[in-house]
Order: sequence, then structure tokens, then C-alpha cells
Amino acid sequence: MDFALIGRIWPFFAEAAWVTIEVSMLAIILGLILGFAAALASLSRNVLLRWPARAYVSVFRGTPALIQLFLLYFGGPQIGINLGPFEAGVIGLGINIGAYMCETIRGAILSVDKGQTEAGRCLGLGQAQVMRRVILPQAARMMVRPLGVNAIALIKGSAIVSTISVLELSYTAHRYISSTYKPFEMFILASIFYLAIVTVFSFGVKKIDERVALES
Amino acid sequence: MGLDFSILPAYADILWQGTLWTIALTVLSMVFSLAGGVVFAVLQLSRHAIIRWPVAGFAWLFMGTPLLLQLFLIYFGLVQIGLDLNAFVAGVIALSLHFAVYNSEIIRSAIVAVDKGQYEAARSLGLSQFQAMRKAIVPQAVANVTPALGNMMIALLKESALVSVIGVMELTLSAQRAISDSFRPFEFYIAAGAIYYVLNLGLEQAVRVAERRSAQYR
Repeated sequence: MDFALIGRIWPFFAEAAWVTIEVSMLAIILGLILGFAAALASLSRNVLLRWPARAYVSVFRGTPALIQLFLLYFGGPQIGINLGPFEAGVIGLGINIGAYMCETIRGAILSVDKGQTEAGRCLGLGQAQVMRRVILPQAARMMVRPLGVNAIALIKGSAIVSTISVLELSYTAHRYISSTYKPFEMFILASIFYLAIVTVFSFGVKKIDERVALES
Repeated sequence: MGLDFSILPAYADILWQGTLWTIALTVLSMVFSLAGGVVFAVLQLSRHAIIRWPVAGFAWLFMGTPLLLQLFLIYFGLVQIGLDLNAFVAGVIALSLHFAVYNSEIIRSAIVAVDKGQYEAARSLGLSQFQAMRKAIVPQAVANVTPALGNMMIALLKESALVSVIGVMELTLSAQRAISDSFRPFEFYIAAGAIYYVLNLGLEQAVRVAERRSAQYR
């Protein structure tokens, strides 16, 4: 263990950790938006909404995130989509995690008792109103933790954006492994930052979960 | 530059080879990760803290860090300590260890979830400790873990694409080779994605069959 080396280069890892946080948080927000939209669309009675939503989930959960990212970043220019590494990373990760989040949100909505919808409709609420005022508040409670699990998987999965040269934690670790030949030290150093990010994030999810449980 | 999918057949051979390597990589890693998962689970249920703790620490580290980083550690780390394994072996080791840790969590909670009375009943019927485990606990635990382990194996297939970064000529890297020759990333990533999708569908079917088979022990 070369502690002198670690002491010298840890600031570069701290800087890279910020990039990991930025990429992850933006991708999580994009994933939540896409996941919600796709979940509502996939529960719609309209085939034109349901079918594309199911296809989206099936395709993006059925293929590697790395391939999706490469398709967007390297293949995008061929169809007129020119993105920088950071933008491509956020969008690629966000679209991928959105498909998983869709399934989580859909599951939570479906787990609300059917009688709730019927009761809401009997009371004269429209379909959209039932969803917004009756179903979603109850489903929200059940989706916070599993969405947190999705999001934590994304934080760790965000390492793949290093392959399209986003200067985040794994990219930095790889670069220093190549230049110092100290894979173990670099692994430990990057791990500390990943574990810290995941731990803080898990704590945040727990707090949100308690808040939501209290309100509903 | 427009799209031209008619270029694909010229590279069918390299994609096919890549597909075979991806299958080999995935199947080997599945077997080792399941075996490793059982070993880690049993070790974590040990009565001795000296066995339990190192395994728990290792599991915590591997569950909290990206697979890509673990891949770098194992590939470059083994080279550093003088074990110049080829990339394929390093890829199998990394995928196996990574998923063994997740599998062990699933297996451990399934063993713990089987009612303690089951074990006591088997023991009082005269079965030995080992027999009670094998005839009473394990069959029920297997029925409980199959869906979750199945999901892990499906994830493993997709994550196997990551080993392309250390130079394993599996499907993803094969597509990249074809791209560096043809300069057509879009077409080849779509093709590789389609192959992964088909492999994934096949694996999902297999998992569903395994679930149905194991459900009879419930």
C-alpha cells in the first residue's frame, strides 16, 4: 500500500467524484421523468401509448447499457445526433435507468388495491383525478425504496461513462492505474468515494421514505 | 452519412464468433457465481466471527463499487502480482466474484427465511444435521431463491459487455472491431444490441422454466 501516492493524488479523485455525482443525479432525474411517463403510458388503455411504452422497457432492459451508450455516442452522429461525452453519458444512463424505474413505478401503482379505483370512480372522480388523488399518493409510499435501489444501481453503473471518456471516478482510476501500475491503491481510493456517495444517497432515500410514509 | 444495414452480412463471421464468446463467458460466470454464492452464503452463516467478518467486508466492498472498477482491479492487479492471466480468465473471475456476492445475499436470506421449525422437525424425525439441511431446508430455499437468482443471471448476461474494456473479444468488442474496419457504429451497435436482446429472451425463457420446476418444492 503506497500511502504517499494516495495522499498525493486523492484530490484528483475528489474532483472526479463530483463528475460522478453530477452525471448520476442528472441521469436519475431524467430516468424518473421517463419512468413515470412510461409507467402511466403502459397502464393506459390506449394502444398507441401502451405499446411504445412496453417496447421501450423491453428493449432497454433487454440490452446492455454499454451498447446503448455506444450507440448514442458513436452511432448518434450518423443520424444527426451530436452529443459531447457528458451529455451522452447523462442521456444514455437516464434512458436506460428510466426503463427499470418504469417497471418499479408500474409495480407500485398496480399494487394499490383495485377497489380504490372503483371507489374513486363511484364518488364521481374522473380517471385522471383518481390516478392523481387516490392511486399515486398510495403508490408513492411503495415506490420510494425500490426507486432508491434503482438509483443506487445507476450510481455504480455510471462507471461505464468512463468508456466514452467522461472524466469521472472510474476514468480517473483507470488513468492512474495505467500511469502508476498501482491497481490496488487506485481501486481502494475510488471505492472510498463510491461507497461514500452510495452511503449518503441511501441515507437521503431513507429520509424521503420516512417523509412520504408520514404524509400518506 | 446515411444508414446502410446491407454491410452487416460481410461481418457476420466476427459477430458470430463474438456471440459465442459472450455465451461462453456468461455461462462460465453463471456457474462460478452460483457456486461462489453458495459458498459465501454458508460462510456468512458461520458461527465464527473470524469467518463471517472477512466475507461480510468483502461483500460490502463488492456491492458498493462498480463492476467496471472491480474488473480493473482484478485484471491489472493479477498482472501486478505476477499472474499474467489472459483477459478472458480475468473477465470470468471478475463477473463471477461480482455476482457471487449478490447471489450470496439472496441465498443467505432464503436459507434464513425457511422456518426454523422445519429444521427442528427434521432433526426430531431422526435426520442428521446434514440430512435436515439437504432434504428439508435446501429444497424449500431453492424454490424461494430461483426467481431472484434468475434475475441476477439475466443481469449478468448484460453486464458481460463490460469485459470488452479489458480486451475480451466478446460480442461488444467484436462489434467495435467491425466498426473500426467499416466506420459504421450505428449499424453494428444496433446489430450487437439485437443479438443481446435475442440471447436475453432465450435466457428469460430458461429462467421461467427453472422457476416452474423449482416451484414444486414449495
